[in-house]
Amino acid sequence: MQQWFTDFAERIDDGDPIYLGCTECETTALPPRSVCPECGSRTLENRELSTTATVSAATTIFSSIPRYDDETPYTVVVARFDEGVRLTGQLRDADDINRGDEVAVGVEKRDGDWLVTFSPTD
Amino acid sequence: MTVQIAGVASTEFGTHSDSSTRELFTDAAHSALEDASLSPADIDELYVGNFIGDVIDDQAHVGAMLADYIGTRGASATRTESACASASSAVRSGAHAIAAGDADVALVGGVEMMSTNGLQEVTDALANAADNEYENQAGLTFPGIYALMAQTYLRTSDATTEDLAAVAVKNYANGTTNPLAQRQDETDVEAVLESPPVATPLHLQDCCPITDGASAAILVSEQYADEHDLETEVSVEGSGQSGDSLALQDRPDLARTRADERAADRAYESAGITPEDVDVVEVHDCFTIAEILAIESLGFFERGEGARGAVEGETAVDGRVPVNTSGGLLAKGHPVGATGVGQLVEITKQLENRHPNQVDDPTIGLTHTVGGSGASCVVTVLRAGGE
Repeated sequence: MQQWFTDFAERIDDGDPIYLGCTECETTALPPRSVCPECGSRTLENRELSTTATVSAATTIFSSIPRYDDETPYTVVVARFDEGVRLTGQLRDADDINRGDEVAVGVEKRDGDWLVTFSPTD
Repeated sequence: MTVQIAGVASTEFGTHSDSSTRELFTDAAHSALEDASLSPADIDELYVGNFIGDVIDDQAHVGAMLADYIGTRGASATRTESACASASSAVRSGAHAIAAGDADVALVGGVEMMSTNGLQEVTDALANAADNEYENQAGLTFPGIYALMAQTYLRTSDATTEDLAAVAVKNYANGTTNPLAQRQDETDVEAVLESPPVATPLHLQDCCPITDGASAAILVSEQYADEHDLETEVSVEGSGQSGDSLALQDRPDLARTRADERAADRAYESAGITPEDVDVVEVHDCFTIAEILAIESLGFFERGEGARGAVEGETAVDGRVPVNTSGGLLAKGHPVGATGVGQLVEITKQLENRHPNQVDDPTIGLTHTVGGSGASCVVTVLRAGGE
């Protein structure tokens, strides 16, 4: 696992997640960028990210890669934070979820690697 | 300088478990050379797409290996890799080399062996086209990524899962009359929806199969064709390639493929045409939803309207804009690193009026190939009426 992703996940685990904001054009992004993907300037700064997000889309996966094949079916969610960034993670504490539902971001450590998770907030 | 297509060939797409990457590509390359009436010694440059050979075969440096085995050790040989668009990047590289005057003859192609390893191992290798940290670590598979795009599309348009299935029904039917196609059976909407779920809302029959295959095309300069009395009826009129974020999560609209739109704009501009000029199309239907997004991005349908294509027959062989007359990736098969040239082979045959599912006297054809979930896209425009 890449060190930058470990650092990103550990900030979520600490309840102190971050994202990147461009001070030139206000584009938002996720680590480990040093260049704004929209305007190309190197003016990204760390900013505090919410701990909840809104589901953009979700899919339940029945056929998977070896790493997760013993765990099918499981649901993967892409959720959008109010700051503008989206993140991908596995659904926890629910069997299904709908576009528009609010979820809380978390992480789990499996075999030394971090996995992003989302759980319904209600 | 016009780039002409002197010969094309694909192997049968399907299971070639008694063959190998180097043997299968040799078959396609030599069939294309024969079609062009040329020999290995005539090749100046080789560009070949291959995506998962490093993982499946434990073999890199594939450009040099394939030049060696097709009998042209001295040629400039390079592997191109842009995931599932690798072979279309090979076409662009070969066409550029000829247009620049650096080469007279370029063999462009691609090859992928996928059936020799287990489904999980292949799925894992294909997942290398996605963002390893942000997508694969979350357990997101490739069907899963396209399923997220499909979920978004279904919720932001009037389309239904039955409309997605209609794409498979059309392409499976086309495959039954293409002898090179992997799937030779028809299906219907009910059978698609009752096939096992892969990643909701996609079922098994919404997904392309695991395919072994190789394709090759011989590109030559107009001057070389004239000097050697080659029969070339089709030319490469233009192409475009573009990209987008590697991870789906970084796109503002999950159901919009901006790389495709940009690649199409560039291809149309370089060929001096508009979408209305196109007579026959092969698009990257790795999943049913992908064909719908493609025909919208290419400008054949308004956004949110692409599902009408298969449902109302507009994309049928005798429709307004015939799409995937070969059966597409869904039925013809998807040997990932070969697919772009596989599409070029099909369109060339259409423009030469020798396709098994021939459309009525086409002049302009187009191929559309996507890498990953849309982080790469290549569009190539071909025209009939060469020397």
